[in-house]
Amino acid sequence: MPDATEIARDAIARHGTAPVQLLAVLHEIQRRYHGIPRAAMEVVARAFGRSVAEVEGVIGFYSFLHERPHGEYAISFSDCPVDRFLGQDELIERLCRQLGVAPGQVRDDGRVSVETTSCTGLCDQGPALLVNGRAIPALDPGRIDTIAGLIEQRRPLEQWPGAWFRVEHGIRHPGPLLEAPEQPGKALELALELGPAGVLERIERSGLRGRGGAGYPTALKWRYCREAPGEHHVVCNADEGEPGTFKDRELLRLRTGDLVEGMTLAAFVTGAREGFLYLRAEYGFLAAELEQHIAERRSAGLLGHTILGREGFDFDLHLVTGAGAYVCGEESALLNSIEGRRGTPRNRPPYPVTAGLWGRPTVVNNVESYIAACRIVLQGAEWFTRHGTERSRGTKLLSISGDCARPGIYELPFGTPVGEVLELCDAGEPVGVQVGGPSGTFIAPPEFARRIAYEDLSTGGAFMVFGPDRDPVAIAAQFSHFFAHESCGFCTPCRVGTALQQRLMERICGGRGTVADLQELEQLAGLMRQASHCGLGHTAANPVSDTLARYPEYYQARLQGAALQPQPGRPPADSRKEVARDA
Amino acid sequence: MPEFLLDGRSVPFEPGQTVMEAAIAAGIYIPHLCWHPAFEPHGSCKLCTVDIDGRPASACTRPAEAGMQVTSGSEALRRLRLRLTQMLFVEGNHFCPSCEKSGDCELQAMGYYLGMTDNHYPHFYPRRELDASHPDILLDRDRCIFCELCVRASRKEGKSVFALAGRGPQTRLVINSPSGRLGDSELDAGDEAAGICPVGAIVRRNTAYRVPIGQRRYDLAGIDEESLARERPLLGRADGPTED
Ligand SMILES: Cc1cc2nc3c(=O)[nH]c(=O)nc-3n(C[C@H](O)[C@H](O)[C@H](O)COP(=O)(O)O)c2cc1C
Ligand code: SF4
Ligand code: SF4
Ligand code: FES
Repeated sequence: MPDATEIARDAIARHGTAPVQLLAVLHEIQRRYHGIPRAAMEVVARAFGRSVAEVEGVIGFYSFLHERPHGEYAISFSDCPVDRFLGQDELIERLCRQLGVAPGQVRDDGRVSVETTSCTGLCDQGPALLVNGRAIPALDPGRIDTIAGLIEQRRPLEQWPGAWFRVEHGIRHPGPLLEAPEQPGKALELALELGPAGVLERIERSGLRGRGGAGYPTALKWRYCREAPGEHHVVCNADEGEPGTFKDRELLRLRTGDLVEGMTLAAFVTGAREGFLYLRAEYGFLAAELEQHIAERRSAGLLGHTILGREGFDFDLHLVTGAGAYVCGEESALLNSIEGRRGTPRNRPPYPVTAGLWGRPTVVNNVESYIAACRIVLQGAEWFTRHGTERSRGTKLLSISGDCARPGIYELPFGTPVGEVLELCDAGEPVGVQVGGPSGTFIAPPEFARRIAYEDLSTGGAFMVFGPDRDPVAIAAQFSHFFAHESCGFCTPCRVGTALQQRLMERICGGRGTVADLQELEQLAGLMRQASHCGLGHTAANPVSDTLARYPEYYQARLQGAALQPQPGRPPADSRKEVARDA
Repeated sequence: MPEFLLDGRSVPFEPGQTVMEAAIAAGIYIPHLCWHPAFEPHGSCKLCTVDIDGRPASACTRPAEAGMQVTSGSEALRRLRLRLTQMLFVEGNHFCPSCEKSGDCELQAMGYYLGMTDNHYPHFYPRRELDASHPDILLDRDRCIFCELCVRASRKEGKSVFALAGRGPQTRLVINSPSGRLGDSELDAGDEAAGICPVGAIVRRNTAYRVPIGQRRYDLAGIDEESLARERPLLGRADGPTED
């Protein structure tokens, strides 16, 4: 094997030294050397004009980059409640046993390492793992055994069964957005007729709000950016890191044309000449197709110089792949990440629309928002407002996973009650639903008449169903682990608060919690919500505070000494044992 | 000059000033650890959390606006800041009685100012590496609160000796040198970056007990008075964004 510095020089020669290429260079070194040792960091630092410490800081920030080499086969199991329901823990144990490696460790011969990673966005076809960044869904014990064999034989991934790597589309319920046929270039032609103001007016009239979760009016964002002076940028947020969300995964494949066209429309309106699509590393398997699509549109005159022959209409698009950090879905962290920095959220104001990428006015939108914008220009605002509610126009793609007969992607009009969604996916009688993922709302059966809408249950698309035998406390504990793992560490309340919350939840699940611990959890929730720097910290206590409010009996049953009292609720058998021992 | 209201007092400000800058200029202390008048605001410690028109905000990063209603001196905010300070204590290893920075440490002084009598939270007892490789400067990561003042100061001096690495609770301070050790870096004892640390994480060696305990910075004055006296004259020294 060539040494790490050679690989680094090679990667730099291939990708160049523009700041946006830093992650790509680091990815390549990681992939070929299985780690990024200091000698390689020095080569990279020199080439990019950064200090070694800065490069070390960037590497350490992202879950998929490491200084110390990982295994030649680096395996990461998706760690998400839904994958766990499907038997993930047993599969991890099985693989580790067969390979003789401890979880989180590299085997002595360097052949293999096994660890867990945050939800990989394959919950509808889990349990899933990543091997050297490539996704394998639908695992079962038989496949695990075969994988162990292939690793022992040191068979390259190209020789593993290709069908394993296939990710199904999982579209269960298409709606107007998914059903409409793509018409490449058509929306741009219309835009040239309408002019930027006409496009803006159409989107404004449609009432389109951001699909990433926050619901900011898209037209307003484009308008502010357009009005800000200087060079502009357009960025697509395809980080989709929220556990239980996977609708962008399919939009990126099935609606690539509408997505790129939507971004080009944003460029037309704002005058941006350069755009970036920030793809989460877990979706690396989509990168080649996306690159190809972008290249095809360039040849078709729909991207690049003089788009559709219009003098001065120039816009090109580049793909940037993240490196494993949920917080990079936060728009200002995402911009830092594109710039080749640690993905910590910026101070705001200023907002990206006035000072975004390299301080220039930047539009950041979710994948689904750009696609909706493209369809609105094509089909008119009235087509869009036909669906949804007064304040939440149009349809929303939901990623449904967990305890239901038909997990997958559903396109439903805003305003659909949760109960109706549960019927559609055949969920029986769940104990609760996590709407919007862990940063959203955990609701209980009495609230199943509530609606999917910005004014009621806002969601970026996650809809996780928890069956009658699931324990909301255990689920909240897993999510508290997720937030502690993904906290960027920038601000005190979230860096320390998520760690404290995780410890308290572990105590409670271990049967050692007290009433005082429950009060402490509520206080921590208030503190993180009030003082945190970004949305991650603001919502990091949601699963805990939502379940505390809705399932107090499940918590009570878990407390120290609780086994001495007759309890409602369903404490799992293992916690009873713990309680009995401690009491 | 436009004005805003801070705890009922009118505070004038120049456009472009933050709430913190205007308050300090007006002689009103708002607690802070990561803010320093000579550097671009960072916004990470959150000790400066105030209430602006009913919503929480960081005084050190929020631009002042005319007519804002700012609350800083409430009991609820004192409690919030107390908890944040306690968080900073338990996540590191702070043994004040044996720390040479005792009496000069802003974290300790903040604890006194906020009426801290216990840690409230359980200790994390993290394992962090000590760097004693530099002849004149000691880096004791156990005491680092990740304010990045050293990072900002060293960048401004053109040396960029420090950076943060890791993520979340694993965040750690790293050194720009071939070995990653301070002794091999360009840091000199006379650098501003060597003296800026608000806690005892970066200390100049052989100076520790020159000023005896009992006569140190915060033995003589509370952090509120001391901060106003020392930082007010420095206002306006921050030049341009120091973000790398
Ligand atoms: C911790 C965190 C993670 C986020 N992750 C995503 C994400 O994966 N995808 C996304 O579109 N928005 C995400 N957002 C929201 C973005 O900050 C931003 O609001 C969104 O990209 C704007 O696009 P929209 O207006 O089209 O929804 C996240 C926000 C936070 C605070
Ligand atoms: S809230 Fe959490 S994720 Fe956001 S800046 Fe603070 S530490 Fe980072
Ligand atoms: S060493 Fe000191 S100045 Fe530097 S980040 Fe840590 S606490 Fe702040
Ligand atoms: S002083 Fe404002 S966040 Fe630290």
